Amino acid sequence: MAPVWDILPGLGDKLAAHVVLSASAIGLAMLIALPLAVWASRSQAVARLSLSLASLVQTIPALALLALFFPLLLSLRAVFGEDLPTLGFLPALMALTLYALLPILRNTVTAQANLDPGVLEAADGVGMTKWQKLTLVEAPLSAPFIMAGIRTASVWTIGAATLATTIGQPSLGDPIFAGLQTQNWALVVAGCLASAGLALVADWLLWWVERGIRQRRRWQWAGALLAVVAGVSAALWAQTDSAEGRRIVIAAKQFSEQYILARLIGSRLEAAGYKVEYRDGLGSAVVHGAVAASSIDISVDYTGTIWTNYLGRKDNPGREAMYETIREWEWRENGVRVLGRLGFENAYAFAMREDRARELGVSSLIDLAAVAPSLTVGGDPEFFERPEWIAVRDAYGLNFAKRRNFAPTFMYNALASGEADVISAYTSDGRIAADRLVVLEDPEGALPSYDAMIMLSPRIAGDEGVVAALTPLLGAIGVEAMRAANLAVDREDAHKLTPEQAAAWLARQAGLAK
Amino acid sequence: MTNPQPLLVFERAARAYGASVAVAGVDCAIAAGSFVALVGASGSGKSTLLKMVNALVEPTGGRVLFSGEDVTRLAPARLRRRVGYVFQGIGLFPHMNVAQNIAIGPRLTGEKTTPERIADLLRLVELEPGLASRMPDELSGGQRQRVGVARALASAPELLLMDEPFGALDPVTRDALGRKVRELHERLGLTTVMVTHDMAEALLLADRVLVMDQGKLVADTTPRALLAGEGGPVAQRLVAVPRGQAERLAAMERSA
Repeated sequence: MAPVWDILPGLGDKLAAHVVLSASAIGLAMLIALPLAVWASRSQAVARLSLSLASLVQTIPALALLALFFPLLLSLRAVFGEDLPTLGFLPALMALTLYALLPILRNTVTAQANLDPGVLEAADGVGMTKWQKLTLVEAPLSAPFIMAGIRTASVWTIGAATLATTIGQPSLGDPIFAGLQTQNWALVVAGCLASAGLALVADWLLWWVERGIRQRRRWQWAGALLAVVAGVSAALWAQTDSAEGRRIVIAAKQFSEQYILARLIGSRLEAAGYKVEYRDGLGSAVVHGAVAASSIDISVDYTGTIWTNYLGRKDNPGREAMYETIREWEWRENGVRVLGRLGFENAYAFAMREDRARELGVSSLIDLAAVAPSLTVGGDPEFFERPEWIAVRDAYGLNFAKRRNFAPTFMYNALASGEADVISAYTSDGRIAADRLVVLEDPEGALPSYDAMIMLSPRIAGDEGVVAALTPLLGAIGVEAMRAANLAVDREDAHKLTPEQAAAWLARQAGLAK
Repeated sequence: MTNPQPLLVFERAARAYGASVAVAGVDCAIAAGSFVALVGASGSGKSTLLKMVNALVEPTGGRVLFSGEDVTRLAPARLRRRVGYVFQGIGLFPHMNVAQNIAIGPRLTGEKTTPERIADLLRLVELEPGLASRMPDELSGGQRQRVGVARALASAPELLLMDEPFGALDPVTRDALGRKVRELHERLGLTTVMVTHDMAEALLLADRVLVMDQGKLVADTTPRALLAGEGGPVAQRLVAVPRGQAERLAAMERSA
């Protein structure tokens, strides 16, 4: 595992994106909050309404607020057209702006309310117009308190901006989420250090601005402000500099397999001369829409997921028919090109300990049905509600003695300790290989297939260079290789690999690299 | 009416806040060049009447004419620049130094006030020109109110309004600043209206004393006539206070 210090210098891009996003959100929040606060200082109703709305926003968890903008923007496409981005910068900016409103608004309203009435009377008395009173008296006297609010907003926003990763906006959250998923703690620490450091620097500079204004030292606040502007400009410049020519954006959902496959695809495209960019840690629900909208160019999705979630089907016509139907549907409905299947499935399956399976003489679900009445079955919390379970239960007449729910990680422990005799597993999970589990056969084909497919966005669907670079991957990744690669990333010992290393190993296994 | 063209005229001027009446219809004309004291107990409506002149308070009945114009018809900001205003709270702008405070009136109309003019104004209120660069919180209460007077005079006002200007000052400073204002009134040919609850101050500084009680004008006469026992019971009750104090002091002096 690379030490934290080696990771930090590589976070420049993410830092620049993080700075630009946070600064834009705070700037926009100021543009909204300051006039609103002036209005609120002249109307009790506006003050009460705006402050309670801003407080209400604060009660929504930042992660949920970010996620809510995806469906909101999607529905706004009816008004603004299909070009309205639903992922990335725009929704992140909107959510963080809402989040930053409260401290700025509250401090400004409080500052206005606490101005010395004698001074305000004098302002009227010397003949100031309302505007002169605002700019010459109210604004300068409120400025230190407003700056304090902006400081608070900045620290909050820089912290919350790490969550923008989940809606496809690059930020310092990228290493944090990637590290959490692949259990690469150095990556998590590096991301946290960078964003905490950024928050501290911003807080410190804005403190100088605030203090400079309070003590009426022009050089001090102007200097600190200049440093802030310089920092944001540098980040902006670094961003536009790196944005020459659009890169190919590859998505990874929030589990290790997705990180590995994204790197595998990315490295092949880079070898073919493309510039690529990864959007890691995306919520599973947003990836499909993002590819259809070309906000993301390439994803790896699973036939069963699309079959139930997007086609809304509950039947199981068999592996091939399902795949062909999806391929045809994606192209017709979304302009998304299903390039092909990688070769393995990440499906729901039933797994048992090798010794227990041998002892009971179970190798398929038919065998299992015979002994089920004396066994305990374990599943993840949603499994027993899913159509897959109902299909299997009905097809084989499974009738267990006991049913227990476990968090996915503990499911395998339960199997090892004998608290469960058989569990619902994911077929490409590395722990199947690590724990030497037996995956039971499904001769009736009751479990829908979850073939991994490469999906190309409409933007690059016709790019022959991309197609040529990725076609060798089709059918080249077997489930054993995928399991081994997943395990290598998930394990926490000396043999742990990064997703990049695991992708390279996988490429060698598939005979695609030396 | 002694002057055919009074600078300030109240015509049945009234102000009510909901059901409570602060000023209940005042008729009065003030000639240019006069120093008028507006005296009354707390809540008699004297401050409200004064603030109707520079439109800080809008009348709910009647009119206030300034140079023959209804003040509610004038743009408030422009009206206030023609009227110097000094009040108990002083209201120096804490983020501006002395010079910037004094120059604020002219600055609002885009005029520059030269350092020489600032120095002159400071000397006028007997302050060191060197104070120009100080901040208000570095000054004593008396110095601050002197700056307040200088600020009111900076845009060469036609009328000077003072609302309890010396109320928060110690007696020595209060006496000195009162004399100074009277002197400036003479020297600059000002028209001055001063609100005070202190009848002694009114008698010593003004050449005409208006007494208010429960929103009404109950006396309008000269200090000399008040001391001679004219002006009615309310005015005489107010005059009795300083007179009694003076007599007790004189008696103490005799017995000493």
